[in-house]
Amino acid sequence: MTREIAVVAFAQTDHRRTSEELSEVEMLMPVLHEVLDRTGLKTSDIGFTCSGSSDYLAGRAFSFTLALDGVGAWPPISESHVEMDGAWALYEAWTKLLTGDTDTALVYSYGKSSPGSVRDVLTRQLDPYYVAPLWPDSVALAALQARALIDEGYTDEPALAAVAARSRTDARTNSHAQLRGSVPHGEYVVQPLRIGDCPPVGDGAAAVILAAGDRARELCERPAWIRGIDHRIEAHSLGVRELTDSPSTRLAAEKAGAFERPVDTAELHAPFTSQEVVLRKALRLGDDVLVNPSGGALAANPIMAAGLIRIGEAAARIHRGESDRALAHATSGPCLQQNLVAVLEGEPRHAQ
Amino acid sequence: MTTEVLKAPLVVEFPFTRSLGPVQSAFLTGLREQVVLGVRTADGRTLVPPVEYDPVTADEIRDLVEVAPTGTVTTWAWNHAPRRGQPLDTPFAWVLVRLDGADTALLHALDAPGPDAVHTGMRVRIRWAAERSGAITDIACFERYDGDGDGDGDGDGGHEVADHDGQFESMVTGIVAQARLDYSYSPGRAQTAYINALAERRIVGERCPSCRKVYVPPRGACPTCGVGTAEQVQVGPGGTVTTYCIVNIKARNLDIEVPYVYAHIALDGADLALHGRIGGIPYDQVRMGLRVEPVWTEGGRYPDHYRPTGEPDADYETYKELL
Repeated sequence: MTREIAVVAFAQTDHRRTSEELSEVEMLMPVLHEVLDRTGLKTSDIGFTCSGSSDYLAGRAFSFTLALDGVGAWPPISESHVEMDGAWALYEAWTKLLTGDTDTALVYSYGKSSPGSVRDVLTRQLDPYYVAPLWPDSVALAALQARALIDEGYTDEPALAAVAARSRTDARTNSHAQLRGSVPHGEYVVQPLRIGDCPPVGDGAAAVILAAGDRARELCERPAWIRGIDHRIEAHSLGVRELTDSPSTRLAAEKAGAFERPVDTAELHAPFTSQEVVLRKALRLGDDVLVNPSGGALAANPIMAAGLIRIGEAAARIHRGESDRALAHATSGPCLQQNLVAVLEGEPRHAQ
Repeated sequence: MTTEVLKAPLVVEFPFTRSLGPVQSAFLTGLREQVVLGVRTADGRTLVPPVEYDPVTADEIRDLVEVAPTGTVTTWAWNHAPRRGQPLDTPFAWVLVRLDGADTALLHALDAPGPDAVHTGMRVRIRWAAERSGAITDIACFERYDGDGDGDGDGDGGHEVADHDGQFESMVTGIVAQARLDYSYSPGRAQTAYINALAERRIVGERCPSCRKVYVPPRGACPTCGVGTAEQVQVGPGGTVTTYCIVNIKARNLDIEVPYVYAHIALDGADLALHGRIGGIPYDQVRMGLRVEPVWTEGGRYPDHYRPTGEPDADYETYKELL
């Protein structure tokens, strides 16, 4: 029998265009303190710590080891790091808890995009033989996908603009979001994508605490139980993939049990408006599902943290009793190359 | 107290030398010779650009075929503001092109007068670079092509692929990929304060509110307690060599004669040793416990090195916890 594991606490920074007055650990530390405070746990109570970040973003070598200063890693803690979005760090922590070695895990991630040019930085994750030497930036690759969607009739530019407007309108109630309310859709960045179709570039951090079984019930009034979580990846070569679909998302969702029962809420990690179109299709989300009530990555996209934030936002809605069954999605790589899906549930609420 | 945060340009730049597998070697050498090769999968598809392993089955694939330098745009995006390193420095379209004879598409640039001149399904051909070395950039870009691939008028090319042994004279076996990223580096609050104080010839650490340790240089957090440090504490200038090494290899672009001594120095009042070079004493006379002080050069923003103070050596018991 597998263990029941839940998200019991979530915290995030206010995401901002720049945080140049703060080092990475200075940006991260308040979030770590906040998430621990929510459970009353101390670092020494945590069984496993896992983080996600990329040194390329800020051009700061071994920044993840310096970030550990914010945890208080003495006496030596059980710790791991992934050079990926924190959602994948959460996946590792979930597997660690499944082993029964420990009952609690701290997961955090952060990204400081402001020191560099994130469009160029992300070219360095591409195939180094055939693609990276051309320096195709992240907006260009997303625009190729958007054009394919438009040409095949799945969307059009006004529909994409509506995704942007809805996201930033919803972000009005999210005090952490970087872009909130009415935001002009702007000029083309790489046609057909306009400024408004692209995520804001910014800095931020997030943290989550996972706990197993009764420990979760002690730490949280209404734990967000992870009913399933899975991640899948597609070929790296863009020309091999069907860009208007996301078979990896669909398969991850299937393995996570997302299609067994409808969800009421979905937090999708779609940095570009066009990618929400792909994800809605792959996940078969109907109009009755509340998509990205937080505003999603179009409202705040701290790279390496934005995926973990989707899980945190979905869990927080369950904690607050605003959702009973939510889907959280995280992505990595160009044009939704790799995708993670988690299904979270709260225990049934009894009549008052 | 607010002080202006320090910032400085930081360029991270290095050439990656990468070796090529047999399929990549044949493809990139082929580009040098204006020949485009694809690779056949077990289920009969032709992949261009070719890969060493089947993206579906992971089987090793080695059967090469020659495809046409002409093809069809499968999707595109108009880039009105080219960025450094991109194939063209005038506005162009990013395109995925399925070359005639291929089943998959290649990413590259299309030279076109404007977005109105580009559409999915348009016919294009390779414009070869004048100088070719065996790299994806041997394709300068694509350009509009009005011809039909095989002249049958169906517009899809219909190119018949021919087997190819992938052998050329002087095969390219590796590429050197230049990578450069530009940053505006900021060290954050704690280190900004430290660096600013250094310029005033003061060494200022920060004390942990929990364990009371003084960290020099401060990084804004106590790594033991995981809490922020804020209380500033001036330390030194005197300090004790806790341990050291003798450097015998001259570093490139470093104007210091070898051998020299690099030491861990526990400044008076600090709970963590920092490191610095020891000067003003023959390298073979440096020892644990040696008392030293920082030496600033004229206009220097940080100590150039540390030199002996002439005090008696510190007792081992006074610094053993700082080793």
